[in-house]
Amino acid sequence: MPYNSIELMICLAARNLEDESIVVVGTGAPCAAAMLAQKTSAPNLVILFEAGGMGPILPSMPISVGDSRTFYKALAAGSMPEIMETCQRGMVDYTFLGGAQIDMYGNLNSTMIGTDYNRPKVRLPGSGGANDLASLCWRTMVMTVQNPRRFVEKCDFITTPGYLTGPGAREAAGLPPGSGPYKVITDLCVIGYDQETCRMQVESIHPEVTREQLVVNTGFELLWKRDLTVTSSPTEEELRILRAEVDPYRYVISRAE
Amino acid sequence: MQQAEETEKGRLFMDPDADKAREFFRHKTRQMRDKVITVQKAVQELIHDGDYIAVGGFGTNRIPAAVLHEIVRQRKKNLGLSGHTATHDMQILAAGDCVDRCDVAYVVGLEARGLSKVARRAYETGKIKAVEWSNGALAWRYKAAAMGIPFLPARVMLGTDTAKYSAMKEIPCPYTGIKLAALPALYPDVGIIHVHRADVYGNSQIDGIIVSDQDMARAAKRLIITAERLIPHEEIRRQPDRTVIPFYCVDAVIEVPYGSYPGNMAYEYFSDEEHLREWLDAEKTEAAHQEFMDKYIYKTKDFNEYLELSGGLKKMPRLRRLELLINGESSG
Repeated sequence: MPYNSIELMICLAARNLEDESIVVVGTGAPCAAAMLAQKTSAPNLVILFEAGGMGPILPSMPISVGDSRTFYKALAAGSMPEIMETCQRGMVDYTFLGGAQIDMYGNLNSTMIGTDYNRPKVRLPGSGGANDLASLCWRTMVMTVQNPRRFVEKCDFITTPGYLTGPGAREAAGLPPGSGPYKVITDLCVIGYDQETCRMQVESIHPEVTREQLVVNTGFELLWKRDLTVTSSPTEEELRILRAEVDPYRYVISRAE
Repeated sequence: MQQAEETEKGRLFMDPDADKAREFFRHKTRQMRDKVITVQKAVQELIHDGDYIAVGGFGTNRIPAAVLHEIVRQRKKNLGLSGHTATHDMQILAAGDCVDRCDVAYVVGLEARGLSKVARRAYETGKIKAVEWSNGALAWRYKAAAMGIPFLPARVMLGTDTAKYSAMKEIPCPYTGIKLAALPALYPDVGIIHVHRADVYGNSQIDGIIVSDQDMARAAKRLIITAERLIPHEEIRRQPDRTVIPFYCVDAVIEVPYGSYPGNMAYEYFSDEEHLREWLDAEKTEAAHQEFMDKYIYKTKDFNEYLELSGGLKKMPRLRRLELLINGESSG
């Protein structure tokens, strides 16, 4: 069955969520991934939203991480401190984040583009809950399109911590040991992190994508996993559920670039 | 000049001194009196140029829109803002050029809807001085203030530029030695919160998520409550477990039906995405934005007129059906 890049990314992200785990998501593709996981491989996945929604039965895609869909038929309607404290306590397994820039250590920029903080070329929203979630959740995943503007040698501003400057840097900064970047799911490939260097390492390349394409679309040197594979395509079942039940109005899956 | 700006980095806008705050709260009235006034009077009397304000809800959800409009209408200036997911609220205040400094966790964006050009420009030109934080950090800064302590330790912001461009200081844990972010208590001059129900004294009940309003209400020195509806005091006493904010935190109460419009109000009405889109589109040129602001805010007498202009009682039932998922209108 044909599919677009957003559909592929959502299916891949969903497969990375274990059953009986807890994830904090935002709106858009990450939310679609969590919903798809609930309807496929992780029926007991608990979805949290940073503004306080806990374990909703999502009737449709939320527009805001604080809108009423995020606690529709939920386990509880909590608060932001409640969610962040659950993360800090060590009970949240996954989170999904994005940003305007990401570097080889998974550090994210969502604050500004430019060189002068006081006169940014583009002012972006800032951390929101991203810094908190990436600091406190066990595994941080990023879903993003891959191009050299986004995958940069150096972020203009590190809003949200990845592995910072490399091995040991998170722990030295005071971030909880064992937490950190886990996967980057792009329109071209799936990336993990090399344990030795904490740098991005390509794990699988999407069908019909070449290594050369990855190199051209990345502003830093990628590492390659020894047993590099071709990404397995979405199944018909995954696509059917995604299109019919998760995003019937095609809010997210029509956004493929 | 560069040097002067350097020293601006990481400025702590508000004093985290818990003893000074205690002294203030010592003299805050405990009188359970009728606090109902108008939005216009509340803004006139309780919000002064230069004050630091905090806005409840979550950007486009349960926001005190009527008070925000009135701040713009009365052309308040040089306000400080706690940018704890400040989306449409930031957009309104930026349109009125009311803010000159902001503790930023999330500003200028409207989540998936896009970025506000007007709000962006205010930061890019340096008109609004930013200091960086995170949503969790601001939530805990309110909590520290609500607890009456000068700071609260947490494990966020560490190691990032967000910390470097904030006023956060690091401390070692006295028990385990780990590094912690010491988040300074944030006592806003004025808090503004929209709730589902309140009595005339200010006892307030919220349905659905609280976001950070439980703590912000207690941290704020003065607190303005707008409510979808005023209810008899006996109703509060009948369901005390629903009360999020007790009257002694509150300085003014105003009944504002549809008071979160065009934002979402849980169990009442969904956000008006058409109007939010119209607002973002109007920001494309200065002329269009001026015209938009004139039409909806400067030339309207009050929030009711704005509601009328935005579709009034024809529109509201539709938003209510969307919220309640009636007739399969679940698309939002």
